[in-house]
Amino acid sequence: MHREKIVLFTLLGLGLAALVAGQPSVSALVQEPGATQESPPAPAQPPGSPPVRVARPPAYPVRTPADPAVVARGRQIFSANCSFCHGSDARGGEGGPNLVRSQLVMDDNNGELIATVVQNGRPDKGMPKFDLTTAEIASIATFIHSMPVGGRAETTGMVDPLVGDAKAGEAYFIGAGKCATCHSVSGDLAGIGAKYTDVRALQGAILSGERRGELSEAPRKTVTVTLRSGQTVEGKLYQIDDFVVSLMDANGNYHSYTRQGDYPKVVIRDPMQAHLDMLRTLSDDNIHNLTAYLVTLK
Amino acid sequence: MKKKRNLLLVIAMISSAAALAAQGQGLDPELLTKPATDSWPTYSGDYSGRRFSSLTQINQTNVKNLGLAWVSHLTPGVSAPGPFSRSGPGNPPTIIGGEIDEPVPVRGAGRISGAVLQVNGILYVSVPDNAWAVDARDGMVLWHYYWKTKGGTHIGNRGMGMYRDWLYFETPDDYLVSLDAKTGKERWHKVISDFNEQYFSTMAPIVIGNHLIVGTGDDLDAPGFLQSFDPETGELQWKWYTEPEKMGDPGSETWPTLDAMRHGGAGTWVPGSYDPELHLYYFGTANPTPAFSGVTREGDDLYTSCIVALNVDTGKLAWYYQPSPHDTHDWDAAQTPIIVDGEFKGKPRKLLLDASRNGYFFVLDRVTGEHLLTVPFASSLNWATGIDKSGRPVRDPEKDASPGGALVSPDSDGIVNWQPPTYDPQTGLFYVVTDEDYSVFYRTEPNLKAMQGLNGIQEQRVGSAGKYITAIDYKTGKIAWKHLQVSAGEGGGNTGLTTTAGRLLFGGDANGNLVAYDPATGKPLWHTHLGQVSNAVETYMLDGRQYILAASGDSLYAFALNF
Repeated sequence: MHREKIVLFTLLGLGLAALVAGQPSVSALVQEPGATQESPPAPAQPPGSPPVRVARPPAYPVRTPADPAVVARGRQIFSANCSFCHGSDARGGEGGPNLVRSQLVMDDNNGELIATVVQNGRPDKGMPKFDLTTAEIASIATFIHSMPVGGRAETTGMVDPLVGDAKAGEAYFIGAGKCATCHSVSGDLAGIGAKYTDVRALQGAILSGERRGELSEAPRKTVTVTLRSGQTVEGKLYQIDDFVVSLMDANGNYHSYTRQGDYPKVVIRDPMQAHLDMLRTLSDDNIHNLTAYLVTLK
Repeated sequence: MKKKRNLLLVIAMISSAAALAAQGQGLDPELLTKPATDSWPTYSGDYSGRRFSSLTQINQTNVKNLGLAWVSHLTPGVSAPGPFSRSGPGNPPTIIGGEIDEPVPVRGAGRISGAVLQVNGILYVSVPDNAWAVDARDGMVLWHYYWKTKGGTHIGNRGMGMYRDWLYFETPDDYLVSLDAKTGKERWHKVISDFNEQYFSTMAPIVIGNHLIVGTGDDLDAPGFLQSFDPETGELQWKWYTEPEKMGDPGSETWPTLDAMRHGGAGTWVPGSYDPELHLYYFGTANPTPAFSGVTREGDDLYTSCIVALNVDTGKLAWYYQPSPHDTHDWDAAQTPIIVDGEFKGKPRKLLLDASRNGYFFVLDRVTGEHLLTVPFASSLNWATGIDKSGRPVRDPEKDASPGGALVSPDSDGIVNWQPPTYDPQTGLFYVVTDEDYSVFYRTEPNLKAMQGLNGIQEQRVGSAGKYITAIDYKTGKIAWKHLQVSAGEGGGNTGLTTTAGRLLFGGDANGNLVAYDPATGKPLWHTHLGQVSNAVETYMLDGRQYILAASGDSLYAFALNF
């Protein structure tokens, strides 16, 4: 299948803007929260017990059948602009969420809510903005709304991602996983199970260190640059490649240096490095158990 | 002395007359069998897929003097050229084609991410629905052709093919369009696959003799096929399906049912390489469908995610090798294989080198398809339990998408995607860009048998062990070096690679620098920041000057030495 990171350069630009504003970095291809809130959050329950699933309220209001010509037009525009990420049937593709069952789309009448997202993009989720007119977006909306939301969406909500054992997860957290070295369930992780309403989003946050979480507050990489003179400059890493390193110091001043050979000396610290490293060794069972444990921290 | 000067003058006159005559003569397909230094006449520069140029004018000693020769911004669609557009006297009008009155609006699809042809000093450039002719000496636009699209996935266009005075390109809504290279006027267009079955077409057509090799892709589950057309008339010569056509045919034993086989996907979207002596065309097929569930297609699912060798005259399968048997992660085997004549275990052999999307590097005998070597070329791989007797990685079913999520490297992009690799005969090394990414694959469809196309899962990208350029010694499979494409965040796209006899390796880094590296060590020797590099570099000699051509989004940049 064809796949390319078409959004990354848009993202870089938006990421820079976010950086200037002192925000955490953005990242692509995170599931849209609206699309993962199919099941209402499970009520609090003892660790390890099977999750309680609440049936979703039946049937959204039935929409008036639309003009087939408008649907067809919307399908065409969708196929050319949106289908690569959201799938040719709008039910989810590579990176982009299922739109048919997206909360925002369900709440939308004639493209008015969709237009806001399409025209502004979702930089925090890796979606670039599209320069489509309101009328074009309205026909896209008509196309998406023409598809039945039943069956699949209902059943999709029934696949329970919570498959781990909370007790084993707790043991791993304290023991072999060494999570307790940096984290505390009564400190930084207090209430994390309530903060994330979606199990998959929580699990993503565990793995990436919230780099990819829907409520990302991940601290940025920092850098120490040591000049030939011995002077050192420290701050948040702004950009680096083989040729330039730049940073923002504690006073909000921007510094940029040419890299030539071994100078200046550059030391980068990624607070999330431990999370990246554990991707190499973490078993799926341990991931599932950790998630089952953290879900209980309401 | 004087006599000699006269003689030189005569020679100069003869050669310029020859050059004039050559202009407008188009491209003799015979020339494609010889690696060219004065042109870039086909997708990889020549049929070998090596992307190695014997040019040495730009080399390690003087690359520091490489500077901008010109830049040309191309404007897709029918809108007026932008303020920075270079266009000819009177702004050449856009020639409009297509079968519908009102094209489906497409925004932001102006990225050049494939081959740019250079023939007789003219560049032929394409993005989805658009083609241009551009003067290779100054970037001036000579003509622009615009196809009014019905829609389809507008992810990219990998370039054009050329036969004599005629150009060919594919459109996302599945037409093959032939243009007159001199004027940009359309000769004909024809349907190559069914738009309603959700095919979409991006491949750069490959001209081989009197064959025009054309591929197509599909994101639902329609069967893949490769077609050969007569470049003069557009008549179909042969059509090879990537799945056996009926039960009982060779390969059908790797499918449980005819229905699964007929909805097995496996598009043909990446151009291949060709051995003129063996008459074999080599390319990689795409993933089977459903992409993320194998329960309805138990077995190896031939010839999906395969390297195949087809007889170019008949379209018959000569041999196949499957890097990803029963692919369940949408990896495809779609990479351009590289033809190398070299030693393997002390014996001279006709080889085929392929760095597959699944993260394993393969060396095959390209005469027979005999497997010679398999080695992982990324450190993050975690989806295979071993390598079988035929050198194929053995898939770990535990790493298939599951309700609780399976942490897998690579992600569905693969360790490498379409970005072309390069082989440098001077170093004996094979170079490929590698993205060591991790994703969690969740199955969200409760009924495995209801999964279709790319659906039924959510993929969550959770981190990267780094983006690299990786240099592999094909004789041993050892990694000679890896160069980290360091960046502050996730970094942008790794682009394809090209090597030259000037001992240079060209590529784009994660921050949008165009970089010349030392192919022996990976050390950067020269760079310029373009913001992004969207295709693999090409090089050719024009008027005694070696050019380096790169694309960045909707713009072409040409570099040459500042003397």
